[in-house]
Amino acid sequence: MHIVVCVKQVPDSREIRIDPNTNTLVRQGVPAIVNYYDLHGLEEALRFKDEMGAEVTVVSMGPPSADKALKQCISMGADRAVLVSDRAFAGADTLATSYVVGMTVKKVAEEFGPVDVVFCGKQTLDGDTGQVGPGVACRLDYEQLTYVEKVVELSDKDKTITVHRHLEDGIEVVKTKLPVVVTVLTELNKPRRASLPGVINASRFKPVVWTTNDFADIDRAKIGLKGSPTIVSKTWVPEPRKIDTKMLEGDNVAVVASELIEQLWSTELPTRLGW
Amino acid sequence: MVEGGITVAEEQNVNQKAAEPKGASRVQPVPEQDFSDYLGIMVVVEQRAGVAKKVSWQLLGEAKRMATKINAPVYALVMGHNVRHLAEEAIRRGADKVYMSDSPVLEKYRTRPYSRVSLDVIRTFKPEIVLMGATYTGRDLAGAIATHLPTGLTADCTQLDVDENRLLQASRPAFSEKMLATILCKQYKPQMATARPGVFLELPADASRSGEIIDVPSPMREEEVVTEVLDFLEQTDRINLEDHEIIVAGGKGLGSPDGFKLLQELADALGGVVGASRAVVDLKWIDHDHQVGQTGSTVRSKLYFAIGISGAVQHVVGMQNSDVIVAINRDPDAPIFKVAHYGIVGDLYEIVPAIIKAVKEKRALPFATNSSAANASVAASIQS
Ligand SMILES: Cc1cc2nc3c(=O)[nH]c(=O)nc-3n(C[C@H](O)[C@H](O)[C@H](O)COP(=O)(O)OP(=O)(O)OC[C@H]3O[C@@H](n4cnc5c(N)ncnc54)[C@H](O)[C@@H]3O)c2cc1C
Ligand SMILES: Cc1cc2nc3c(=O)[nH]c(=O)nc-3n(C[C@H](O)[C@H](O)[C@H](O)COP(=O)(O)OP(=O)(O)OC[C@H]3O[C@@H](n4cnc5c(N)ncnc54)[C@H](O)[C@@H]3O)c2cc1C
Repeated sequence: MHIVVCVKQVPDSREIRIDPNTNTLVRQGVPAIVNYYDLHGLEEALRFKDEMGAEVTVVSMGPPSADKALKQCISMGADRAVLVSDRAFAGADTLATSYVVGMTVKKVAEEFGPVDVVFCGKQTLDGDTGQVGPGVACRLDYEQLTYVEKVVELSDKDKTITVHRHLEDGIEVVKTKLPVVVTVLTELNKPRRASLPGVINASRFKPVVWTTNDFADIDRAKIGLKGSPTIVSKTWVPEPRKIDTKMLEGDNVAVVASELIEQLWSTELPTRLGW
Repeated sequence: MVEGGITVAEEQNVNQKAAEPKGASRVQPVPEQDFSDYLGIMVVVEQRAGVAKKVSWQLLGEAKRMATKINAPVYALVMGHNVRHLAEEAIRRGADKVYMSDSPVLEKYRTRPYSRVSLDVIRTFKPEIVLMGATYTGRDLAGAIATHLPTGLTADCTQLDVDENRLLQASRPAFSEKMLATILCKQYKPQMATARPGVFLELPADASRSGEIIDVPSPMREEEVVTEVLDFLEQTDRINLEDHEIIVAGGKGLGSPDGFKLLQELADALGGVVGASRAVVDLKWIDHDHQVGQTGSTVRSKLYFAIGISGAVQHVVGMQNSDVIVAINRDPDAPIFKVAHYGIVGDLYEIVPAIIKAVKEKRALPFATNSSAANASVAASIQS
């Protein structure tokens, strides 16, 4: 069993602020982290490494500094990590990203053995589209199972996988054939901490780095900004909705409460709500 | 940095109207295809077991609004098994033409058979815009279709518009809702977007509308589909806030999980349900399906109470479209008051019981309209 985990290094968007004077994003001091959904994908892969000796390869498309993210994955127990990095990949939208990540998984399969499962996060903290997982599945012509909160069974013998998909109104139990792309939710598991041997491995870790030149049959029209049909025409801070707030005051809460009731009953609400 | 077009726009003043980011003038893909005959706005209707997701009708309403601007037809794509009633409903909700694929192989949603039908329809009938709900299923399908076509796909939009060049202006929140990014797909068709449930307005069903239903065969046979849906574990205790008209939401100001009992009492008195901020969901005081906001539900309720909720932007984006908003907070400067129609400053543990009492008195009055129906709904919600 060979499992590939896709990880993206992202700015921790929770830390991004907007400068109220200039209305621009303040990115200074915003830490770069491994997109946390991806750590749950890695944890699930490592579980199958522990349980059935699966081999775990981590891949990431990103700038050279993303090797930190890969190092973290090695310290948790991944067997190898590949960084796909080239200026030509910059500016990719999800279509171009899924093309390069798909090519990378194909090359990983050629060099390190056939791939059975690809784990992706449900979405990232920055782009937040959740489109790369389905995109990679298309590129590879693998089956796709999204929003998975539990892997019920992964069978090496039958080459099948059964999962729980989380939907708005319930859980869907789905079974499919390998190879498959699985996108994962945080409910799946609790990512482990680095182990001591992992930390030692990580300290001498150098990622395998692939550039465009390492992909014999890459179509340069499909990568980076050139390969991206979507463009951002503007980013803006929306005007807050203007509302005349009526502050209700009174000598005691009973007065305030009945004032609120009078106000609510003077609107269309009672008719519209059938009160 | 490999991060998508957005990064290039970041460093500039984002208030500059329609400012083009530096990247926009750079080489864009030159497709080999000619897209000039792509026309019309298509909404992919999502259903489970013959029941449509509300977002489908909301998107048809929005599609109709945009189509009127550019004089384009509105299409719906309905897939499933025994779904003719949904095709008819789509016409009443604004579609001029419905492509319907009704087949046992489409009984339950699976990516491959659904994307094969969608691709056939899009390639044959060539809509210039395709919209889908940003639901779990909608995103699963949209991601697959856009990659196959290929075309650009904008995720999770909260504003849509179309300009005089028939370009879809798809705007989506970015960076934890702190900004909106408007994304275009200039050189490919269709222009695709998924849009957030609860944001757009559906049209009332109009039985006098007429339209055409076109049957489309499913290209896949069951033997060719390797994915099997074994079971669906319905979670009846999971609530879908988007379906409710009155929401009484509580936040960290409740002080303890017990506070939700009080809110439930108010919700019951009004005939509504309980909602929550993320802070209390993170504290495990209440389940995630009650969460309102960016990473929870977006609601358009008729009446929304925000009680002990400060009004962080990530919460506000999920409730600001409610018709009437009441905020109760002991901090007079809490940002929640800026989006509320009625505000009460004070301790919620004094105010809420007083409101419950007042509501109960008011609704027990003999001249209260429709009191029997209302009492029945209260009884039902207390039971459940
Ligand atoms: C604010 C903002 C809005 C954007 N909106 C859009 C949009 O609407 N449409 C669009 O096409 N693009 C958009 N982009 C560009 C998009 O973010 C990039 O294409 C990005 O490379 C991948 O998309 P994502 O971050 O949304 O990933 P998601 O699709 O959310 O990621 C899902 C999973 O795919 C894997 N993955 C994603 N990226 C990589 C990678 N580089 N290397 C390895 N694995 C990866 C990870 O496992 C990840 O958890 C946007 C970018 C920003 C910053
Ligand atoms: C990426 C991201 C996504 C997020 N998504 C969401 C989301 O979907 N939904 C969401 O809600 N948040 C979300 N958040 C979190 C959000 O930023 C806020 O942290 C959260 O909404 C705060 O919850 P709160 O208002 O309950 O708590 P607080 O901000 O702590 O507010 C508590 C309020 O209660 C008042 N109070 C205290 N005691 C009383 C009393 N006795 N009587 C009356 N008032 C009292 C206080 O004055 C205060 O205003 C997200 C954040 C990030 C970074």
